[in-house]
Amino acid sequence: MSTRGGPDIRLRGGQAMRLRGLIRKEFLQIVRDPSSIAIAFLMPFFLLLLFGYGVSLDADRVPIALVAEAPSPDSADFMAALQGSHSFAPRVMASMPEAEEALLKGEVHGIVRLRADFPRRLRLPEGAPVQVIVNGVDANTARLVLGYVEGAWGNWLAARAAGQGQELKLPVALQTRIWFNSEVKSRNYLVPGLVAIIMTLIGALLTALVMAREWERGTMEALMVTPVSMTEVLLGKLVAYFTLGTGGMLLTVGLAVWLFEVPLRGSFWVLWMCASLFLLAALGMGLTISTLARSQFVAGQIALIATFLPAFLLSGFIFDIGSMPAGVQVITQAIVARYFVAIVQTLFLAGDVWSVIVPNALALTVLAAIFLTITWKKSRKRLD
Amino acid sequence: MHQRILALIRKEFLALLKDPKSRMVLIVPPLIQLLVFGYAATFDLKEVPYAVYNEDRGMAARDLLARFRGAPSFRQVAELGAAAEIASLVDARRVLVVVRIGPTFSDDLLSGRPAPVQVIVDGRNSNTAMIALNYVRSIVDRFNRDWIASRGLAAPPARLETRAWFNPNLESRWFFIPGIIGLLTLVTTMLVTAMTVAREREQGTFDQLLVTPLRLPEILAGKVVPGLVIGTLQATVILILATLWFRIPFLGSLPAFYAGLILFLLSGAGAGLFISSLAATLQQALLGAFLFMVPAVILSGFATPIANMPEVVQWLTLIDPLRYFLVILRKVFLEGAGFGLLLDQYWPMALIGLGSLALAGWLFRSRMY
Repeated sequence: MSTRGGPDIRLRGGQAMRLRGLIRKEFLQIVRDPSSIAIAFLMPFFLLLLFGYGVSLDADRVPIALVAEAPSPDSADFMAALQGSHSFAPRVMASMPEAEEALLKGEVHGIVRLRADFPRRLRLPEGAPVQVIVNGVDANTARLVLGYVEGAWGNWLAARAAGQGQELKLPVALQTRIWFNSEVKSRNYLVPGLVAIIMTLIGALLTALVMAREWERGTMEALMVTPVSMTEVLLGKLVAYFTLGTGGMLLTVGLAVWLFEVPLRGSFWVLWMCASLFLLAALGMGLTISTLARSQFVAGQIALIATFLPAFLLSGFIFDIGSMPAGVQVITQAIVARYFVAIVQTLFLAGDVWSVIVPNALALTVLAAIFLTITWKKSRKRLD
Repeated sequence: MHQRILALIRKEFLALLKDPKSRMVLIVPPLIQLLVFGYAATFDLKEVPYAVYNEDRGMAARDLLARFRGAPSFRQVAELGAAAEIASLVDARRVLVVVRIGPTFSDDLLSGRPAPVQVIVDGRNSNTAMIALNYVRSIVDRFNRDWIASRGLAAPPARLETRAWFNPNLESRWFFIPGIIGLLTLVTTMLVTAMTVAREREQGTFDQLLVTPLRLPEILAGKVVPGLVIGTLQATVILILATLWFRIPFLGSLPAFYAGLILFLLSGAGAGLFISSLAATLQQALLGAFLFMVPAVILSGFATPIANMPEVVQWLTLIDPLRYFLVILRKVFLEGAGFGLLLDQYWPMALIGLGSLALAGWLFRSRMY
């Protein structure tokens, strides 16, 4: 730059020019250490691909053991109801000890046992008991297995009644309607949630080290003796990494829609707006970490602790925030990902529901403002 | 030689602990995180917000709704006067469930016709939706059973008697808190190991280390031991909190737990050092740490079972040390497992640990800048 070092202050260029120079410097740094580009594009691509295919809460073909202690037409009839279901991969076992060992080893998730007197008690007025044992360690899978067995049992009852020329009469019949995700595919809510989690990581990772790096390498002091102000330094970084983050965001949303075929029922532009607010907050969080830590090593450690696990566990991505104790619910309000998870799940599956989008977008704005203000204040202090 | 290693280990501890911020980062967050995550991580719904749209004036409908109101896991938010109000409540996420009873419900029930009850569930989070639906189903089931009994109607010819081993009330917290020990231990090993070599590379002190008489295994030991010590101490504190504060039963043997812990720390430290020695800058090391940690957690079976994953991804989980440690934790805590049942989990971690440490040591020398 020919203007640098010129005696006339007007020749140093205006604010716009200085800012352009800073942004150019940031981009050069990004290009020279390819890890930033890897963070913005490779990481979301790799993670979303892995998780989009890998993460699912829908269990089908659950292995269970079937034990009929005295095989009979009645017990075969009952077992057939379980064997015909897509939910199970049943294995017929001869005795309880064998089945119990398989359950202990984790080879099966549950045991359905028909005792020797099953056919006889079936004809008594109080009915025959069917024993169902599950391994309760994984409580969620255990509940799922119990639900599946109950479903198969209900089908068996209905078929048996029909076989005897009657209609099965349950007093109250439940009719369930599951809105927004009628096939109850867990991928449809996990993938939008993952977009939010992955982008939290990327936003924070992109900026977590940049301020600390400038302090550590002494380049911040070098910048200070130039006419650029700290606000311009921050703005330069924000613009550069915001551009990079937006690219990563478009990539993940594109993958979610085209590769994983999650319906995007809301409008793209609302998503764009909310994503931009969210990126500002996530980048602001990274800058805050970087500024407060002042050393790259500590900044990296804080980033490891403060980003992934909180976003994973406290954002409502898998665990329902409403079921957490009040104290923990207050803590989740500081989690940037929480608001974006709510927005993204609604935008993808339900549409432009303003009563969800507006409050969450406002919260993102407030968090972004807080983080950026902290960064700005703390950086200025060092100038004194 | 002994002295050399001790001096090196001392130096590594100092490098980790001399900065007060770094010291804080290692000690305080894991404890806070255990408390916060321990309460957060559960699939059991506590207060399902629901609304009622009841068009029936009969006793039976009132009886059924009273059961919802009395259920501890349900909280009634609204009583609707028109079907049109349902959509806005569900859309805004003010309710998860809407129970709708038609005008002929009580009459149908009394005259022996099937009486439908419509239940609308917000499926945006399909897992929560299914759990809430299960709760609804069990309330209706109980209503049906009581109705049949009080009318003297014929009971179904067979009934299910269910029992859950190891976790009789199916509390999902029992499943998640042992898992959180694994997650927090993984984060700590990454904190201690993933950036050490990269930092020394950036500051130039790693080249100096390589020209000292210290041999490669000694340098490796110097980097691994602090991780083992800090990780063991931290896991012990968390173990005590999990059993005394969260009252998670610990039925297995402590030696089986610690054997698993040490092998896990070893494999985690190996992975961390491998990442660190591959990176030229701290930024790259941090990226590497995340690229290892995030898949390691998500594919470990912590929240979503490995059995639900496609086969190719299931193979991938075989190189995830956390996968094995989680099995050990859950079996030791809840099933009371000892060494014998866990051998299949120990040796893969040992293999991962040795393999990654060997790779890291090789990279120490071959990646000079």
